[in-house]
Amino acid sequence: MEWESVIGLEIHVQLSTQTKIFSGAPTAYGAEPNRQASAIDLGMPGVLPVLNEQAVRYAVKLGLALGADIAPRSVFARKNYFYPDLPKGYQISQYDLPLIGSGQMDIELDDGTTKRVGVTRAHLEEDAGKSLHEGFEAMSGIDLNRAGTPLLEIVSEPDLRSAKEAVAYMKKLHTIVRYLDICDGNMQEGSFRCDANVSVRPKGEREFGTRAELKNVNSFRFVERAINHEIERQIEIREDGGSIPQETRLYDADRNETRTMRTKEGADDYRYFPDPDLLPIEVSPAFIDDVRSDMPELPDARKARFESEYGLSSYDAGVLTASRELADYYEAAAGACDDPKLAANWVMDELSGALNKEGLGITESPVSPQRLGGMIQRVTDGTISSKIAKDVFEAMWAGEGDADTVIEAKGLKQVTDTSEIEAMVDEVIANNPDQVAEYQGGKDKLLGFFVGQVMKASGGKANPQQVNDILKQKLG
Amino acid sequence: MALDANQVREIAHLARLAIDERDIPDYAENLSEILAFVEQLGSVDTEGVEPMAHPLDMAQRLRPDKVTHIDERERFQALAPAAEAGLYLVPRVIEQ
Repeated sequence: MEWESVIGLEIHVQLSTQTKIFSGAPTAYGAEPNRQASAIDLGMPGVLPVLNEQAVRYAVKLGLALGADIAPRSVFARKNYFYPDLPKGYQISQYDLPLIGSGQMDIELDDGTTKRVGVTRAHLEEDAGKSLHEGFEAMSGIDLNRAGTPLLEIVSEPDLRSAKEAVAYMKKLHTIVRYLDICDGNMQEGSFRCDANVSVRPKGEREFGTRAELKNVNSFRFVERAINHEIERQIEIREDGGSIPQETRLYDADRNETRTMRTKEGADDYRYFPDPDLLPIEVSPAFIDDVRSDMPELPDARKARFESEYGLSSYDAGVLTASRELADYYEAAAGACDDPKLAANWVMDELSGALNKEGLGITESPVSPQRLGGMIQRVTDGTISSKIAKDVFEAMWAGEGDADTVIEAKGLKQVTDTSEIEAMVDEVIANNPDQVAEYQGGKDKLLGFFVGQVMKASGGKANPQQVNDILKQKLG
Repeated sequence: MALDANQVREIAHLARLAIDERDIPDYAENLSEILAFVEQLGSVDTEGVEPMAHPLDMAQRLRPDKVTHIDERERFQALAPAAEAGLYLVPRVIEQ
């Protein structure tokens, strides 16, 4: 039997506000335990939460980017459960009236086609603290610095049909939140976390199968492996005539397997109810307009513009707009020269290669985009050859100044003086009488040999086209 | 709506309350009476009335994203039954 997998993702995005969602405590990562946990975050009696405007603004920003409905009125609810890293005994979240309603996102598939994925909703909530289970005799240590950090949970429709599509969705959302600058996107630090709902059904069937929820698959690589593994597991059970229990499973990256964390039997009953400490959030059209006026150009629009404005291929435009920083770098480099296509090649090949080799991000490049563009301009205007440009690039990388400084200091300027090239050509002809005879006897291939010799004699600086022309003319 | 013994056990579990098996019939009866009392509200015609999330007819005030925090860790941890290395200590919890 042929099976179809059905996947929906719930992604928790940590909003990069300065302070918590309901308190004025800082959200900086890596502080000493509990130094950033205020009375509100600790759930002390008598405290009242006050909503952070920036968190609302960031949520609306994402809503606009997803073409989603922004609720003019939404409500916070209490989600009740007991765990020591949740001091109040409830998490403030949103339930039936979320801030962001249905929207959509386009993802690009391997075959180059585009698929539209529905987003069910996105809601604001607070993060919990962290439990540390090691280092204490029969005790767990609780750090509440993270408690109250604003999260936006983005829930997709069950529109994804393979692990690859799920990864494409996750990557696209990651790119969007980075473009919007509402989340630092750091997956190691947990700023971007993913839970996946996975089920399988016989191909062609309309009903969904029972789903398993995979918790915390927090890297692009793991999400693909975890989902693929879960799909195989479920198909195996179904083909053996078994049924899938609804449960929460945890992915173990070391063993590449998922295992039961808790079953939904005696279903989690969170007893949601509106939080009486918080009034409904009202978002006015003026507020939305204000957020809209602050929206950057989004990845899809930027990619389309790179194709039309710079004449780049769809693939190149896709690579260069994969992150906002890379796109900014490229545009600055392209703006500093007259050949945007050549600039694209340099950014994607030499520069990216050099950055990868040293494990650097684009923002840490030792060569500024202005300098790279300046060097490309020297190739375009014929001052240096493409081959010499690589030497100039290396020197700039090593901190030897801008392109003009390097070219001047190292005497790399391309030789275009005809008489100078003629002199070199004459010498090469004089030193290789045998090859000259062979060439003149009809062995045309030897032209390359002569070109090579002249280039060598010039230290790579002779203009190759001129060398070619002069050689042909002199060899007759 | 009348609650049965199992529902009482479930509610007690959700609230993490240890209750005596012998008291369950009493709880079931009392809780059922509370529910029946509140149930009277169901007889009001609410057709066309927008559900209310809060009794105050006001919207949430928003706070500027500015740090106003004063670190009071030592004061708070003095109130806790156990703390070590800046962490609050609780009986070990590991989800299986």
